Amino acid sequence: MTTPFLEFWSHFRRNRGAVLGLFIVLALSFVAIFADIVAPYDPAEQFRDFVLLPPAWIDGGNWAFPLGTDDIGRDMLSRLIHGARLSLFIGLLVVTLSLAVGVALGLLAGFYGGASDTLIARFMDILLSLPSLLLAIVVAAILGPGLVNAAIAVSVVIVPHYARLTRASVMAERGREYVTAARLAGASDTRLMLVTILPNCAAPLIVQATLGFSTAILDAAALGFLGLGAQPPTPEWGTMLSSSLQFLQRAWWVVTFPGLSILITVLAFNLMGDGLRDALDPKLKR
Amino acid sequence: MLKFIATRIALLIPTFLGVTLLAFFLIRLVPGDPIEVRLGERGIDPARLEEMRAQLGLNKPLLEQYADYLGGVLTGDLGRSLITQTPVLHEFAELFPATIELSLCAILFALIIGLPAGVLAAVKRGGPLDHGVMAASLTGYSMPIFWWGLLLILFFSVILGWTPVSGRLSAAYYVEPVTGFLLIDSWMSEEEGAFMDALHHLVLPSIVLGTIPLAVIARMTRSSMLEVLGEDYIRTARAKGLGLFRIVGLHALRNAMIPVVTVIGLQVGTLLAGAILTETIFAWPGIGKWLIESINRRDYPALQGGVLLVACVVMLVNLAVDLIYGLLNPRIRHAK
Repeated sequence: MTTPFLEFWSHFRRNRGAVLGLFIVLALSFVAIFADIVAPYDPAEQFRDFVLLPPAWIDGGNWAFPLGTDDIGRDMLSRLIHGARLSLFIGLLVVTLSLAVGVALGLLAGFYGGASDTLIARFMDILLSLPSLLLAIVVAAILGPGLVNAAIAVSVVIVPHYARLTRASVMAERGREYVTAARLAGASDTRLMLVTILPNCAAPLIVQATLGFSTAILDAAALGFLGLGAQPPTPEWGTMLSSSLQFLQRAWWVVTFPGLSILITVLAFNLMGDGLRDALDPKLKR
Repeated sequence: MLKFIATRIALLIPTFLGVTLLAFFLIRLVPGDPIEVRLGERGIDPARLEEMRAQLGLNKPLLEQYADYLGGVLTGDLGRSLITQTPVLHEFAELFPATIELSLCAILFALIIGLPAGVLAAVKRGGPLDHGVMAASLTGYSMPIFWWGLLLILFFSVILGWTPVSGRLSAAYYVEPVTGFLLIDSWMSEEEGAFMDALHHLVLPSIVLGTIPLAVIARMTRSSMLEVLGEDYIRTARAKGLGLFRIVGLHALRNAMIPVVTVIGLQVGTLLAGAILTETIFAWPGIGKWLIESINRRDYPALQGGVLLVACVVMLVNLAVDLIYGLLNPRIRHAK
């Protein structure tokens, strides 16, 4: 177990961007898990005497609120930290959901072929023929606004990608000798799919799952921005942005920091995903 | 070639039917009966409700309702907007040119910057320029464009005052809509300065909408160019003593463009999705903003029709890309 991991790590380590991405993701995860301890205040606590306070390093700022306060006197830093928890939670939920459904569909389609393949592949084509955000918007409109519903909506959008990827890898693997050998040894279809074939399709799925985090966080923030995701006063980054729009001219920080948080998080996952791809899947290397 | 075209079109039919199914069920899955949605908070007596349901065909079996809906779609009847009572197709046709105009300008922006950046990065592989282009393109690719738009508005419109904050044309001008493309209409019109005004309004939205395609195009051009630069015929050209500019511009670029063209075609979905956000930020009167407004007003027939039409646009553009690609590359045309 150690040797493949070390080999992977020696590849991964060489990509400085990927290591930086990994570092940021780890730091964000730490902050997200321990948000209650790390954040200086409760994200909903209102300091009525300190409304729209600029960041501390600017005239009129106060080091009690390093990144300033919003329009009803809530500490920006605390809200951003709790926002990290929400964004990573959304990412995790979306990737888990869509990976589970996508891999199951891809396995069925790729392993059995025939009618189940046609049906599943066509269905995925339909989902892919709609622009991703539009599909998420439609699903969110059906389910109603909310954080978990937004996550489900984004999952629906991502499922086809995992399904296609799994299907293609399974089709490439199922004719191999080791699969035939396992079949002759009396392995059931379920065992063949899950135990024999699936582990050999893992590399591209791991890469895609990492990149899925960035899509999930970006699309969920967009839904929040459009009013179809998490609702105020939830400190979700996209929602924070949309509810502070009217202060754009007076208080740049209430708009700048949530967006910057989204950008940094998404960028970190993309950097890490690129590095993983290069390290795990030399075929895909560009 | 005819057979190739016919197969591609035939493949679209099940997808199209699937999208109509999706659009059909969309309106039935949304919480609330369509009639109750239409009536809002007002109550209605049950007999009248039954009558209205019958009028709209809502009391028929589901399959029959779908057949009716599909029949309507195929004859161009996508229903009427609940709010304005105008046919959905009509509303869409009126707003679509604004979205096309914006998308074309965005892709133009993406090409003008993305192509040279990708080529330069490939030629100067491993150098600081290459790293810079790659870092910038990954940042662009990760950008929440709704926030990017706000930053640009804050800087260029609010602080510097160079560009207008929103809309397609200042209130001072009136241009008769002929084609629906404001650049063309204002160019043709008598209004002095209207063209420049329209152009000013286009700059920021185009940059915002073009950012992600720009990142994708730059990356794709770079990797495709790198691949081509490693080919034997490039080495031959070098051996003949041709200058770098001639090799890159004449020999390499032409072949490197093939995958790039496909990628540009595939950006249509990205553009339409991005248009939803961009148009919302810039109050751009196109279909993206219209779709979001339809959701907020619970105008589900409009949303239903809009979703179907957008899906059709994406399918048709993808078909066109497929066909052009087949035309350029016989290996694809004859592949099984």
